[in-house]
Amino acid sequence: MLLSKEQQAILDGSQGETMAKIMKTIVMYGDTFGADRLIPITSEQGHLVTSFGINVMTPYVDMFEALLADGIVSKQQFTVDPSPVDMDNVPASFLQRIVFKVLYKNQEKYDDQLMRMGLKGKDMYTCTCYMDEVGNIPNKGEILSWAESSAVVYANSVLGARCNRNSGIIEMFGSILGLVPNFGLLTDDGRKAPWIIEVKTSKVPEAQVLGSAIGLKVMEDVPYIKGLDKFIGNELTDDAKAYLKDMGAATASNGAVGLYHVDGLTPDAVELGEDLILKDAKVYTIDDAELLRVQESYPCIWKDPDAKPKLAFIGCPHLSLKQLKDWSIAIDKTLKENGRKKVAVPTVLTAAMPVIEAFKKTEEYKVLLDTGATLSYICPLMYMSNPLCAKMPVVTTSNKLRTYTTAKYYRDSQMLDILGKGTI
Amino acid sequence: MREFKGRVVVPGTATAEALVSKQGFNTLASFKKALLAKKLDAPCSDQNNEDIYQKNMAKKALCLPQTIGSTTGGIVIYCASKMGASPACLLFSESIDSLAAAGAILSDIWTDAEMPTVDRLGQDFLDYVKDGMTINIKEDGLVEVE
Repeated sequence: MLLSKEQQAILDGSQGETMAKIMKTIVMYGDTFGADRLIPITSEQGHLVTSFGINVMTPYVDMFEALLADGIVSKQQFTVDPSPVDMDNVPASFLQRIVFKVLYKNQEKYDDQLMRMGLKGKDMYTCTCYMDEVGNIPNKGEILSWAESSAVVYANSVLGARCNRNSGIIEMFGSILGLVPNFGLLTDDGRKAPWIIEVKTSKVPEAQVLGSAIGLKVMEDVPYIKGLDKFIGNELTDDAKAYLKDMGAATASNGAVGLYHVDGLTPDAVELGEDLILKDAKVYTIDDAELLRVQESYPCIWKDPDAKPKLAFIGCPHLSLKQLKDWSIAIDKTLKENGRKKVAVPTVLTAAMPVIEAFKKTEEYKVLLDTGATLSYICPLMYMSNPLCAKMPVVTTSNKLRTYTTAKYYRDSQMLDILGKGTI
Repeated sequence: MREFKGRVVVPGTATAEALVSKQGFNTLASFKKALLAKKLDAPCSDQNNEDIYQKNMAKKALCLPQTIGSTTGGIVIYCASKMGASPACLLFSESIDSLAAAGAILSDIWTDAEMPTVDRLGQDFLDYVKDGMTINIKEDGLVEVE
């Protein structure tokens, strides 16, 4: 990789040993992927994936402290993934609470470190930093140094920004330097699709299962999706964006997708159309039977596969304001249909703190409260990292949560049945 | 014995027993329980990976196509290296992905662990190598499997 004189000087130690190691890491990372040079980050804000001061990540917290001690901070403000603990709004037993305190003993220290490094605010913990209420919304074509797989795939695909699937730490090093290596999804060639996905379902496919099927098939490649716009339209409405958020998160967690194009809908596809498809692209057709096959392939690792659910999580990635309203109305409706006043299973809906604050001003907030469901800013994945929580039969509408934890996945309609009847 | 030539991502030599994941290796899902419980033998906790689920990953020659999943992947490998629970080496049949590369490079520059990493070994390598075979890695990216 060609470095400017200033970049080479940092690598040679002009700004100290720690900055030299940071530059060495980014250069070695770029060289691995054939980057030709380092280019400036042009987005206003960054996004970090690591929000949790979990004790097993102590080496990471120590690294953070060493950076701060050397006076090294991010060149841009950033948002960060959701908080791992919310004792007030998420059910937890006495023992579970003790385990949370032990697991996240570094949390207070790490929260403080994040603020000193450049966190935008104390309410800026969410995986959906691109929501209007949060305000970390990059423009089309802007260069980012983000991590968090669901946020990266959303920024690339739905917003048309440019970001590689960076790992945690790498994204922070980029924000510290103000530079990222130029390769992969930052380049025009890297955004072309070696896969065509033909959606041929009889009705709108469940976003979380469609994304799972695509991710499992294409792994880290870029898919060009045809036939989806007829179900979700040709405009990026709130509903379309929420659908793409959930579909994208499943492509990124069940596979390693960092960018997808939806014919006639997403910005790159609207601009360039099928010119984005590489010659000899492979084709994967998804119909009703394929979606069913994919969902039925998910293993159930509950000790008792027929156990009655003890907790339901809805919102991984965090829900949008529109999704919070829609779920509130849908849960209320299912309770009425089943002659219930409260949800049959303790239920937590998760969203960014500013989204929750906006939701509290709507009529649907009272509707949701009356169902007995609760609202939280927590990261459900981190909740399930508590070994005592992992033993519980937890159900979710999130394919990402299913992938990383013992939670069992259900489609939205199945989840409503569970909340109304208490059984699966 | 067969030899396979790959590209060196992180230089070094190693001799270790092979552990093979034919499918994409989900780093967070695989290491999560080991990191949480501080299990230095690092049993794989990814229930979706039937090739290596519950098998020990530490000190093994981890053979895989690529890694998949959460972008905490690099931090997870870095923390496993700091904890002393990292594989002896990482061997990729395909080009290494950005998360695994981050983990391998962070381990190399920011820890004392030695985890040579070689990619582009080809599908032949992944078809041939089996759990328990002995792997020798040379400095130039030559991988001997016996």
